[in-house]
Amino acid sequence: MRQFLTAIWIAAVAALGLAAPSAAQDGPLRITITDGVIEPLPFAVPTFVARNAAAQDIAQDITRVIAADLSNTGLFREIPQDAHIARVSSFDSTVQWSDWKAINAQALITGSVLVEGDGRIVVQFRLFDVFSEAQLGDGLQFVGTSDGWRRMAHKVADAAYSRITGEGPYFDSRVVFVSETGPKNARQKRLAIMDYDGANVQYLTSSDSIVLAPRFSPDGRRIIYTGYESGFPRVTVLDVATLQRRTLGDLNTNMSFAPRFSPDGSRAVYSAEVAGNTDLYLLDLNTGASTRLTSAPSIETAPSFSPDGSRIVFESDRSGAPQLYIMSAGGGEGNRISFGEGRYGTPVWSPRGDQIAFTKQNAGRFHIGVMRIDGSEERLLTGAFLDEGPTWAPNGRVVMFTRESPGAQGAPALYTVDVTGRNLQRAATPAAASDPNWGPLLD
Amino acid sequence: MKFQAIIIASALALSGCAGGLFGDRGAGGMGDQGFDGSGGLGSTIGTGGLNDPSSVAFFQQNVGDRVLFAVDQSTLSPEARSVLDAQAQWLIANPGYTALIEGHADEQGTREYNLALGGRRANAARDYLVSRGVPATRMRTISYGKERPIQVCSTEACYSQNRRAVTVLALGATS
Repeated sequence: MRQFLTAIWIAAVAALGLAAPSAAQDGPLRITITDGVIEPLPFAVPTFVARNAAAQDIAQDITRVIAADLSNTGLFREIPQDAHIARVSSFDSTVQWSDWKAINAQALITGSVLVEGDGRIVVQFRLFDVFSEAQLGDGLQFVGTSDGWRRMAHKVADAAYSRITGEGPYFDSRVVFVSETGPKNARQKRLAIMDYDGANVQYLTSSDSIVLAPRFSPDGRRIIYTGYESGFPRVTVLDVATLQRRTLGDLNTNMSFAPRFSPDGSRAVYSAEVAGNTDLYLLDLNTGASTRLTSAPSIETAPSFSPDGSRIVFESDRSGAPQLYIMSAGGGEGNRISFGEGRYGTPVWSPRGDQIAFTKQNAGRFHIGVMRIDGSEERLLTGAFLDEGPTWAPNGRVVMFTRESPGAQGAPALYTVDVTGRNLQRAATPAAASDPNWGPLLD
Repeated sequence: MKFQAIIIASALALSGCAGGLFGDRGAGGMGDQGFDGSGGLGSTIGTGGLNDPSSVAFFQQNVGDRVLFAVDQSTLSPEARSVLDAQAQWLIANPGYTALIEGHADEQGTREYNLALGGRRANAARDYLVSRGVPATRMRTISYGKERPIQVCSTEACYSQNRRAVTVLALGATS
């Protein structure tokens, strides 16, 4: 996968002085997500020019994925192609600014697709700020194998998104989750992996035993989860490429669960229950040595590392009800950071390091929320019968979580919401789904 | 026909125990289907059904195989203690059985917290049975958190049945 895509800059005279996104800061083509976006930015993406006959279909498919990526953020609104005035017949033809201004296209994305004799695909694109009559950033070219065409589309959309918002990319990423079938009292659960937009679902385990809460390693090549394969809940690591599984942790403990990798991928923090008491432990994945991090009679669980690996945020009911605490990665008492009404759980440190996403239960409802790492500026993003288990997009701007509907026919589904609490959307999955974990940006 | 089903179920249950008392329950074996005894030693197993006081059916229906808990709690109510007193007597009188005590939670709570809470509940029941003279070596605990509700509605009527610790019997020599 690492060699699968190559990107090169296309020399573009028009791009001089405009390559840095910050250059557009004061121009019209800029979305600042934290300010909140009321009116999505209108953009046009004419079907990418097919440079040969073999590229005809894939050029259309790639164009649709790019448009969907941008539209689904809620930050952009596609101007339908049948409203376009100008026709783009060549990737290098001059932009007809007035035609795009006339339909109020503020951003214009053009591109081309070539399918080479060996089946490889070459995708080129440019992004334009229509009202400034200027190219925004350099043109880019991606070369990849034909089965990776969706990834190339995501790369193009990522570049456009990043240049306009100033935020990091996230479309070219995958999500691991638990696919669920069967009745509520006998759910069958399988690990599955998919592109962030629900495409390319692949099942990683059978439904023979319960699997819970999978999490990617920082490089996306391994998944750590809680599995009942041995009959008892155990921290298990799965290799995504080979599907080989390995049960980890001290087998003398009764139950090990809620694992997460450290940012360098060499360790895992997890919960283990001994004689009814759940504490946090740190496992060295190379040596297999386990270190106890907490020792209290209360429940300590749901640990998550800070991006620099120095601290761990976790959930504890030592105060009488579950609340959030931060401690050194070496262990200790920790400091409580949640003080609002209700119960707090499943804290997850944002990839930017500045926020904690969490599950909150209050007055009979569940919420996904975010707070700063000192516990200030708590904001609830959602509210429903049962929302839980947030996970951050690689750029820290979108949160995915599980929403379960009530009652005998109730079932879980995956949803996304952006950090401002806007653009709540159900993510496409082939069956009921829970426990999403958003993997790293692919390379 | 019914008799045939009994024999098959018994053979499965015995082979499940052959690998060790509690050790490897096998992929897809009792680990998932064994909750609440539904896939382990079912009510059809036993030497004499409900009329035989040493049968699993008798244990499940006359002794009582489960105790219930209040919201977020793992303390044993007086009712729970009296059920466990009877379970202890039965287990002492029937030393050929081992017990797996399953802890469960209702769906009001996060997955992780409910796993830990189920662990607490199973251990509360186990500790009480030990205090009543059941050898600790004959028992093991497991938590299913909120993964295996017995009732599926989303009201307290169901939740109260789901917050439970269930004593699931298996045939096996004590070590």
